[in-house]
Amino acid sequence: MSSNVQNKGAFEPQIIAFCCHYCAYAAADLAGSARIQYSPNVKIIRLPCSGKVDILHILHAFEAGADGVYVAACLEGGCHFMEGNLRAKKRVAYAKQLLEEIGLESERLEMYNMSSAMGGEFAKVADEMTEKISKLGPNPLKFVKFAKQSRKSGKEGS
Amino acid sequence: MIVASRKPLDEIIEIIGDYEKVLIAGCGTCVEVCHAGGEKEVEILASQLRMKFGKEGINKEFLSDTVERQCELEFIEPFLEKAEDLDAILSMACGVGVNFLADRLDSLPVLPALDTTFYGATEEQGVWTEKCSGCGKCILHLTGGICPITRCSKSILNGPCGGSDGGKCEISADVDCAWHLIYERLKALNQLENIQAINPIRDWSTGLDGGPRKMVREDLRL
Ligand code: SF4
Repeated sequence: MSSNVQNKGAFEPQIIAFCCHYCAYAAADLAGSARIQYSPNVKIIRLPCSGKVDILHILHAFEAGADGVYVAACLEGGCHFMEGNLRAKKRVAYAKQLLEEIGLESERLEMYNMSSAMGGEFAKVADEMTEKISKLGPNPLKFVKFAKQSRKSGKEGS
Repeated sequence: MIVASRKPLDEIIEIIGDYEKVLIAGCGTCVEVCHAGGEKEVEILASQLRMKFGKEGINKEFLSDTVERQCELEFIEPFLEKAEDLDAILSMACGVGVNFLADRLDSLPVLPALDTTFYGATEEQGVWTEKCSGCGKCILHLTGGICPITRCSKSILNGPCGGSDGGKCEISADVDCAWHLIYERLKALNQLENIQAINPIRDWSTGLDGGPRKMVREDLRL
């Protein structure tokens, strides 16, 4: 994900999905075994729990040019680690505010809940997000060269 | 600890103004604990600023670094060493850190990214409350450990006032009346005589009203 992915012709959004290992990741697997087609624009990053997702993971994804980001967590009440999904929900809400502050549409970031049995839902969410981001257009930051960028690795996931 | 909160991004951008090469300087003590200006908050702000200016095509460079404490000389040395190469330091420490750096950097602007708010405690994860005003003359032994200077909205020394209602302060139903808390606490401690004693008018010169304070311990000096 970087400036080498410019939109030539039709805009193909790049979407990062932070997926919990116990639900959305398994749901993606199920969608695959059931041969349910879903948007190839979605790139999955597996997390041990959606509660692992950090504000910085989200911000850095946008900074690196992702057009959309979503966190896919277990159904509320169904988190393998009790309340990781509820924590992720709060972090997503906060990260939305941070995006608004810099003038990036907060709709580029979403939170979804599903169980491991919901392969169809996984595909639906992937398509829904792709459609929404296609309408919003590219993340303006993917055309920015952070030539003088100097980023130290932060405390992610703490 | 000292509790602070980050200024809104627009205000920070205005403060940065035309400076191009800016070090965002975090502090790993109080403001890290209250999640306002520690290492993580520094990286979040740096990311936001890179994106905000990048989006607008404005070329600025943001470096980031966090030290253990910005209020002690040995810890801020890395910042002082980098100073020559910078246009400004945007400090995410409390006001103490900003002052301490500014006192040592003749020609480099040191800018605040936080609003320093109060001396407080962590009630629970994500909730901080004010407990002390640093007034320089502690009377907590008379008030059951509850500070009327800080926690009574009027800072009165002989309370409660007529606005105390069902344990709440007249300024808001969400604010406990400090003098009600003091009464309950003294009752539980069997020290109710304390609330009947008249606290005399106090000398506020022990606090900020007496001018900036300084403490010297000759036994500790090198
Ligand atoms: S109601 Fe209580 S806390 Fe509020 S001003 Fe009066 S004495 Fe102070």
